[in-house]
Amino acid sequence: MTVLNDLPVSGTGQGLGMTALDVAADFPILARPVHGRRLVYLDNGATTQKPLAVIEAERRFYLESNANIHRGVHWLSQHATELYDGARSTVQRFINAAHAEEIVFTRGTTEAINLVAQSWGRAELRAGDEILITTMEHHSNIVPWQLLCEQTGAVLKVVLVSDAGELDLASFDALLNHRTQLVAITHVSNALGSINPVAELTARAHAAGAVVLVDGAQAVAHQAVDVRAIGCDFYAFSGHKLYGPTGIGVLYGRSSILKAMPPWQGGGDMIRTVSFERSTWADAPQRFEAGTPNIAGAIGLAAAIDYVQEIGIERIAAHEHGLLKYATAAVGAIPGVRRVGTAQHKAGILSFLVDGIHPHDLGTILDAEGVAIRAGHHCAMPLMTRFGIPGTARASLALYNTRADIDALVAAIDKAQDLFGTRKHG
Amino acid sequence: MKAETNPMNDTGPDLRELYQEVIFDHNRQPRNYRPMPEADHQADGHNPLCGDQLTVFLRIEDDVVRDVSFVGHGCAISTASASLMTEAIKGKTVAAVEALFHDFHALLTDTPPPERDFGKLTVLAGVREFPVRVKCATLAWHTLHNAIVGAQDPARTE
Repeated sequence: MTVLNDLPVSGTGQGLGMTALDVAADFPILARPVHGRRLVYLDNGATTQKPLAVIEAERRFYLESNANIHRGVHWLSQHATELYDGARSTVQRFINAAHAEEIVFTRGTTEAINLVAQSWGRAELRAGDEILITTMEHHSNIVPWQLLCEQTGAVLKVVLVSDAGELDLASFDALLNHRTQLVAITHVSNALGSINPVAELTARAHAAGAVVLVDGAQAVAHQAVDVRAIGCDFYAFSGHKLYGPTGIGVLYGRSSILKAMPPWQGGGDMIRTVSFERSTWADAPQRFEAGTPNIAGAIGLAAAIDYVQEIGIERIAAHEHGLLKYATAAVGAIPGVRRVGTAQHKAGILSFLVDGIHPHDLGTILDAEGVAIRAGHHCAMPLMTRFGIPGTARASLALYNTRADIDALVAAIDKAQDLFGTRKHG
Repeated sequence: MKAETNPMNDTGPDLRELYQEVIFDHNRQPRNYRPMPEADHQADGHNPLCGDQLTVFLRIEDDVVRDVSFVGHGCAISTASASLMTEAIKGKTVAAVEALFHDFHALLTDTPPPERDFGKLTVLAGVREFPVRVKCATLAWHTLHNAIVGAQDPARTE
């Protein structure tokens, strides 16, 4: 399938040049108009739309299978438990984890990272220890570590990013040392689309004795992820950016490290025994899933993974890669447009600025044309500061996007330039 | 489904109502855009989600705004609103400025008093149809208010 990666961006869109997946019919929301126009949804980095298969899976759970898990002797509870545990196994296979017990369900990427910070981090880190992150992290892979540093006296170190938006590997190597206890890096930058060489970075971090967490929020829906090939200790992602429901996410933790971690929240389902003198904890992953979890969400996420795998993650990656090339050429060719993030290896995220038009004005004008993008700092304020800009306009792609969507984006940018009187003839 | 919420009947917001020529003019060439070393009142405004940031400077004598200026950066709506604000308040008493802020806010979000003549500020009334942009148009005014009352924390409208 990867042969599709190198297809030319120009052409008629016919024959081999056409990598469209033709899945729009699977996503009912894409058929609703916005402001009387066809919805062109290019804000997939924020959240993806949901296929009918996911919506139906959640609905069916509540219609036919709803009960609490892990506690009822009755049939329905056992049935719900089987579905929930089945969802865990689906996630395990999807990211090629060795054991289902290495999959902890969370509310999302943010909670997964906070779990590691508060459980592993508070137990393991001491004053003077170092946590290495990068300039391109989302706030959710910055702030939990800042909180942990305040609690433990550990110190945050930040890897530099090049003008193209690529990780500065020399800076990474220079900052990595025997005090580095944790390296927390994003797989794909949400603001720039840069793909980081996480397997290589993990190997270097492990050689220095550090534990590695990878933020996979922007990666899992767009490329095949194999946590064992990466070799990382933790991998975090959200269901809702993977065509699944909101409120469900995943923390993968290598079993040897997960087993040794203390609980971070107490409650039902995470204990083995409770007495007023002393309670004992359940094994992972239940130890980290206090209270009734998002059962329907987990089942919805499994349905989303089944949907993605039915199409094929490699096909999706090839489609989005081809579309990114097309969009990069088309948007980049507009006079007055400056792209932000020009890394060699990129996922389907196109960040840009239009001369004389603030990203928020652009976002409003595009919206009036039915084109939904994100405008702002993308929860990556330090990265915007690095580039000396308040924010960007960001188009982020998903499997249902087409060249017609990109053409609509280009036409809407042209309209904005017309309205602002900033159109240039190049 | 009610007719007014039916997406099929929604032809979309009228961008020309929001982006009037006066707004483009004040965005391109903001009036009173300069720091004021001799200011006796000043305050910062910042909408961190947008990245809009400005500082408002005032010189108040005998309870009258003798001079006002601003510097900063933001979207066309926030820049034009700050520029138009400086023109609208120069020479007014502090009480009249605060009353105008109150009525201007109503112009963008609620029912403005019918007797009020907003002058050029009327061009910002189009923001009503774009609720998420109200914070852009009001940031300069909240910052102005903070400058007048001497608030230390930066003004925010989000």
